[in-house]
Amino acid sequence: MSTDVAIVGIGIHPFGRTEGVSGRAQGAHAARQALGDAGVQWSDIQFTYGGSHSAGDADSLVSDLGLTGAPFINVHNGCGTGGSALISARSALLSGQYDLGMVVGFDKHPRGAFATKPSSLGIGDWYGETGMMVTTQFFAQKIGRYMEQYGIGEETLAAVAEKSFSLGAANPNAWRRSPKTRQEILDAPMVNHPLTQYMFCSPGEGGVALVLARGEVAHRYTANPIYLRSAEFRSRRFGSFEVFSPWTTPEILSGPTGDASAAAFTSAGIGPEDIDVAQIQDTESGAEIMHMAETGLCAHGEQEKLILTGETRPDGSLPVNTDGGVIANGEPIGATGLRQVFESVLQLRGDAGDRQVPGNPKTGFTHVYGAPGISACTVLSR
Amino acid sequence: MSTTIRWVDPALVIDPAAGGPVELAGARCPVCATTAFPFQGGCPRCGGEAMERVALPTTGSLWSYTVQNFEPKPPYRGVEPFEPYGVGYVDLGDVCVESRLTVNDPAALSLGMAMRLVTITAFVDGDEPVLTFAFAPQEVAA
Ligand SMILES: [Zn+2]
Repeated sequence: MSTDVAIVGIGIHPFGRTEGVSGRAQGAHAARQALGDAGVQWSDIQFTYGGSHSAGDADSLVSDLGLTGAPFINVHNGCGTGGSALISARSALLSGQYDLGMVVGFDKHPRGAFATKPSSLGIGDWYGETGMMVTTQFFAQKIGRYMEQYGIGEETLAAVAEKSFSLGAANPNAWRRSPKTRQEILDAPMVNHPLTQYMFCSPGEGGVALVLARGEVAHRYTANPIYLRSAEFRSRRFGSFEVFSPWTTPEILSGPTGDASAAAFTSAGIGPEDIDVAQIQDTESGAEIMHMAETGLCAHGEQEKLILTGETRPDGSLPVNTDGGVIANGEPIGATGLRQVFESVLQLRGDAGDRQVPGNPKTGFTHVYGAPGISACTVLSR
Repeated sequence: MSTTIRWVDPALVIDPAAGGPVELAGARCPVCATTAFPFQGGCPRCGGEAMERVALPTTGSLWSYTVQNFEPKPPYRGVEPFEPYGVGYVDLGDVCVESRLTVNDPAALSLGMAMRLVTITAFVDGDEPVLTFAFAPQEVAA
């Protein structure tokens, strides 16, 4: 048994569109960078959990990285792929069975909105044929209700995306590197009222890898281990309002984001008020707003003031999505949750460059949300 | 022209052959009273397996809404040429049903407004219209 798990190496392949480079190659690039960062060889890695949604079997990376015989377990769990891989690796290290392992996620998606077959979720074909199998419709309807309930205006939606693009410009690994004004964002083509094109993320490409060690041996590999204090995953319970739901309950009960984040804080032994930097699911501007409160980082209705006064920027009191989030990085499904952890490690090491949170942040939080109603959260600390 | 009525999925409505007003076919759990749509055999709340097929109310209030401004990828099959369409959840009391809306101007929609069930053409297959359900604002004639 072990009491702690530390991240001792991190690697990334820049997000966005990289013509001529496969998703697998982006995963291998990230893996090599993470090995180099930890100062270890692939042959030192005792096990790997990895996944991609649409860029091939992750375990085929061994033919690029080296055939060492170590177990490589594929994780295929939609938007929760990275989180699931991380939870599995953490458990393997906590059990004491291993000292050193890797988690890797990569993807490469075609352009345009994700197309999902209703039957893969147990829904009739009619739902897709009549034009309701569209993720963006869900987010638009959820934020529309929320804005009315808490008196949040459209300028706040634009302010979230404005922050994402400006932080993407400060992040050499981001896809969207040009700042946009609030007016440009509001004037962009409407996708689903009240959300315009620039308020949404797009499917993209990228890869992230992390080398993890049992806490007791972490200092062998790095002077700055970042501890993974907790990693929790939850699926939806009855009464949560979720994407791809032909029906829902009139009253919204607890959702997977609230459940997973509460579990992550309980298991880490700290609360949301103790978090210095947070990476939360921003599939679109509204998701960042709602998830700020659903994760407990602020109260419902408090977001507009925090966002419009700049408190969610890196130099504010509640830095959120300091690498530009998925709005600026795109969403390669297999890599997106691990990108949040990568950014948290950079921030806690003090290596985040132009977007560094000042004052030596000690604690980080990550949150993924996805179809068909799942959430994965982590708490990290120096 | 075919004279039979063709639904995108006949299981959605109580009487798919009816030419007149339709009712949506939901599932109600006799144990915990949970109502789901469309019909499903198992209860998502208590796990019971005795769901009963019930007709859902044909009027309700708008619970959420948006407008689909771009043409979705397949499996979407729409009427050509594409026109933006409204989508929303309508609160029917025991259940909120997601539905196409007959209105595609967000300024003409508001949360809580009274809605009623209507039938629209989802797409045309050959020369045969394929029907689905939609909700319309109460005050607008069909
Ligand atoms: Zn029941």
